[in-house]
Amino acid sequence: MVRLITHNLLACHAKGCTTNNFPLAFRDVQLENREAEYNPEFLKGFMPKIEWNALVSTARELGDVSLPAECPEPGTETDEFLHALHHVLMEIHVEEGSMVCPNCQHVYRISNGIPNMLLAEHEIK
Amino acid sequence: MLPTPDLSHLTQKDYEHVYEPAEDTFILLDALEKDAGVLQELKPRLCLEVGSGSGCVSAFLGKILGKADALYLCTDINLHATQSTLKTGEQNDVPLNPVLASLTRPLTARLHHAVDILIFNPPYVPTTTIEAVGAQAGRDIQGSWAGGNDGMQVTNELLESVESLLSPQGLFYLVAVKQNNIPKISHHMLERYGLISEVVLQRRAGREHLHILKFMHLWHDSHLLRVV
Repeated sequence: MVRLITHNLLACHAKGCTTNNFPLAFRDVQLENREAEYNPEFLKGFMPKIEWNALVSTARELGDVSLPAECPEPGTETDEFLHALHHVLMEIHVEEGSMVCPNCQHVYRISNGIPNMLLAEHEIK
Repeated sequence: MLPTPDLSHLTQKDYEHVYEPAEDTFILLDALEKDAGVLQELKPRLCLEVGSGSGCVSAFLGKILGKADALYLCTDINLHATQSTLKTGEQNDVPLNPVLASLTRPLTARLHHAVDILIFNPPYVPTTTIEAVGAQAGRDIQGSWAGGNDGMQVTNELLESVESLLSPQGLFYLVAVKQNNIPKISHHMLERYGLISEVVLQRRAGREHLHILKFMHLWHDSHLLRVV
């Protein structure tokens, strides 16, 4: 279950890769939409933890253009916005595919909805 | 009393590779249940369990907090464990988000002071250093208990990231046994990182004297301690 909310929190951690290592770029993905319970309070509470630009660009790469380029100020979120955010963060699942580091090009695979973020011993910082 | 999560989908074959919930798991569940009021009041949005194994603990936490009220991230170094965690989430209607990873490594950069509830039931059994290193490298069930020198080899590595992970109101729950030298852990976390701690529960189970420790920032609302 790699949803965009999780993807937004993962960075490359290969040896020496400390800049431009986020967001990981999806490649060859199989997507599934699964309905999730909508909770606007959760979304508002979680927004400060989100890297907005990374979320918007990733959603657009996956074909979802519903989010605005600028994140609304706290307290000004409309229902329409929150529903769009809910869908992007919580309902788009990447079941299969890869995530590639924009800096070192390390490939992290996703299989059966689980991202493999393990590195071999020589690849660890 | 909250029921223990349903694990009927896991079989003895799964438990050849994944740690089967035992006394240490159950005392952790009991501690979370004891703190349920505090946890709900905190309104945590991001929960992270390191070494989630079967997923039993995060599923239980999800029942306390509500399945749509928080994000439940779970890491494990063992592929079988991440698969079990995913299934346990589905079985108990709590969306668990497993990541195959060592400790918090791919998350550390992004989760700076962002984790509201951090949970770790580490490999705490004292073994030789070599056995603990081999167990982590093997990425199988041995890694769930072999803890190296003082049983602290893996725990110590996580302890160095806890302060930077915890949100200002964040809480960190850690399972430990007496041989881990609990006063030393508490002293280190306070002196080095300004994290205060308390023993939420302790219990003897066979040869193990199990403790659940809770850590928080020194500036943390002191009323949370008093409510407990």
